Amino acid sequence: MADLLTAVGVRKEFGGLVAVNDVDFTIPERTIVSLIGPNGAGKTTFFNMLTGVYKPTAGQIVFDGHDVTGRPPHVVTKFGVGRTFQNIRLFQSMTALENVLVGMHSRLKGGILRAIFKPPSLKREEVAAREKAHDLLEFSGLRGRDDEYARNLSYGDQRRLEVARALATEPKLLLLDEPTAGMNPQETAEFTSFVAMLREEQGLTVLMIEHDMRVVMGISERVTVLDYGEKIAEGTPQEVQSDERVIEAYLGTAAVS
Amino acid sequence: MAAGLQAVRESAPALKRQTMPRAKRAAIVGIPAFLVLAFTGSMSLGLIMAALILAALYIPAWSALPAGKWVVLAGILLLAILYPIYQPNLFDVLVFGNFPSADTGVTMLVFIMMALGLNIVVGYAGLLDLGYVAFYAMGAYTVAWFASQHFSGVTVHVGGVGVAPSTPGFHISIWLVVIIAGVFATVAGVLIGFPTLRLRGDYLAIVTLGFGEIMPQIAVNGDNLFGRNITNGSQGINPIDPPGFGDRLHNAVGLPTDFLSSPNSTRLFYWTALFLVVVTAFCSARLRDSRLGRAWIAIREDETAAAAMGVPLMRTKTWAYAGGAFFGGVAGAYYGSFKGGTFPSDFYFNISVFILCMVILGGMGNIWGVIVGAAFLSYLNQEGLANIGAWMNANGVSDFVFRKQIDVPLYTSGIFGVILVLTMLFKPEGLIPSERRKQEFREGVHDQPLYDVTHE
Repeated sequence: MADLLTAVGVRKEFGGLVAVNDVDFTIPERTIVSLIGPNGAGKTTFFNMLTGVYKPTAGQIVFDGHDVTGRPPHVVTKFGVGRTFQNIRLFQSMTALENVLVGMHSRLKGGILRAIFKPPSLKREEVAAREKAHDLLEFSGLRGRDDEYARNLSYGDQRRLEVARALATEPKLLLLDEPTAGMNPQETAEFTSFVAMLREEQGLTVLMIEHDMRVVMGISERVTVLDYGEKIAEGTPQEVQSDERVIEAYLGTAAVS
Repeated sequence: MAAGLQAVRESAPALKRQTMPRAKRAAIVGIPAFLVLAFTGSMSLGLIMAALILAALYIPAWSALPAGKWVVLAGILLLAILYPIYQPNLFDVLVFGNFPSADTGVTMLVFIMMALGLNIVVGYAGLLDLGYVAFYAMGAYTVAWFASQHFSGVTVHVGGVGVAPSTPGFHISIWLVVIIAGVFATVAGVLIGFPTLRLRGDYLAIVTLGFGEIMPQIAVNGDNLFGRNITNGSQGINPIDPPGFGDRLHNAVGLPTDFLSSPNSTRLFYWTALFLVVVTAFCSARLRDSRLGRAWIAIREDETAAAAMGVPLMRTKTWAYAGGAFFGGVAGAYYGSFKGGTFPSDFYFNISVFILCMVILGGMGNIWGVIVGAAFLSYLNQEGLANIGAWMNANGVSDFVFRKQIDVPLYTSGIFGVILVLTMLFKPEGLIPSERRKQEFREGVHDQPLYDVTHE
């Protein structure tokens, strides 16, 4: 299996604080990889470097053959990295459909003049985009919510919409930042199977930050553990689960039993 | 045809259902207003006609019909086009006096155009621009350079009208100059935008404020810029050539040779300005509903999320800036030609704030709102406050409240300040907010029923 993403010696310093300390990391194609670790371990910082929000202090990130180190987020997205956010960051005053349409931005064409003169080709493109966005909402479990404002959706639906919006960017790699936070057990189970289906049916590669160990152990092939910005373990769920350092730093003794 | 009839028949119940509440609303406002006017003796045929036209446009829920919204649009457009013709016969309004003259109408339309341009920057993309007047100034100086005797060293005539062919200076047709001005302002917008749009929120506001301050300074001191007279300093540049179509088109199809010497001068200026406003509003609407418009709103809401969804921040913001600049430049150039001169005192900071007030009062992001806000404030500035003052002085209000006659237009800035504060207090989303803005201002209010009652 080829590696879709390779990060070598990635480091991020904020002033004197080392948030991510020379982490090597790979994501093989069509796998589900989880990134776990205690709060403040640098997981989200690492995510932000992968997506171009932060520029790494040192190191290199290669995605799908492109060096994306320090490239701006919209370029990384265009290469095929879609993401959700830890605290939901939808465009609140836009409808669900419009949120998804924004996600399609880099896959659509049309500058200022084309928008004003609106040639037939643009009209067709818009109709097709709307249809696709509609289908994507339905696929993500938001049937009939097209014209609801994002603000008015329930919490679970907002999470779903974030995923739908990320899928609209047509990613090869989907980054999910604590996707099941705040979900009840049933919603979590539904979401887990949804992610598994994305991989099976659409061939997506998924990297997620997750605290719910049932989710992590349930669907990921590989787990990477960060603590104080350092990678302390990596391997299959079983390997990680029995790793002394992981138990000490994060899982606690209860998780082993 | 049959399908059309079918569609009309299908939407009839919706039309009926939506019309009743609108009729009630109209009656609640209309009947007392009617009675007041009747008892104060200001009733006239014109007033009754106006009331009937407004009722016909407002009361039936036209939007329920297929293509119904075009009925209202066409009605309003028709009223606007015919305005200079019926304006002299209009009734007087209590306190406000007579309706604005067509001459004031031109100024109002120019400001509507500028407000619509600023609305792209502030209302759509959410970039607080406090120096929008800079683009207005660029447009006004472009027309001053290319359609006047300012550069007397050369004699270039390209379709210029209203001047003898031997007159020195650039004399390029105003229609061309207006476009050149728009392009020039756009380029300036991109150049100014590129370094500044990296900044967010307040920082951007401060930098644009700086540009807005620099502009009139350059204009005032530009009579000796590296030894050249570029702007003619505080005296400004005048006269500027009027718009027109030239002799050939005049003789062939009867189009006016030049607006200034035409007997219908004001009307021609008015209709041209109206045309420019319609074009601006059309472009605004198209942009709002496009991929670019969605990206602007996304940036306004959450830059980080927008970037993560593939929206290039710098480029998209620069487009908003450039789009706003274009309309500002065109408006400035046309206004310069209408006034026949360009003066640095027209470009002080307060004009930027004035235009921003129009956008805020009307309702950021909503084209109709911005049009109403701009029309109202520029009317007050041009005629309204003077009329109100005259009424107050004549009817003893001034003597009663202030114990002397007062000159109301003297307090324009203060009055606008009060209007802005009142707007913020009672209708922060503006007079006619867009559905989106309403949503934003509703944040934090979740008026869900206490009990989950469903009606079968």
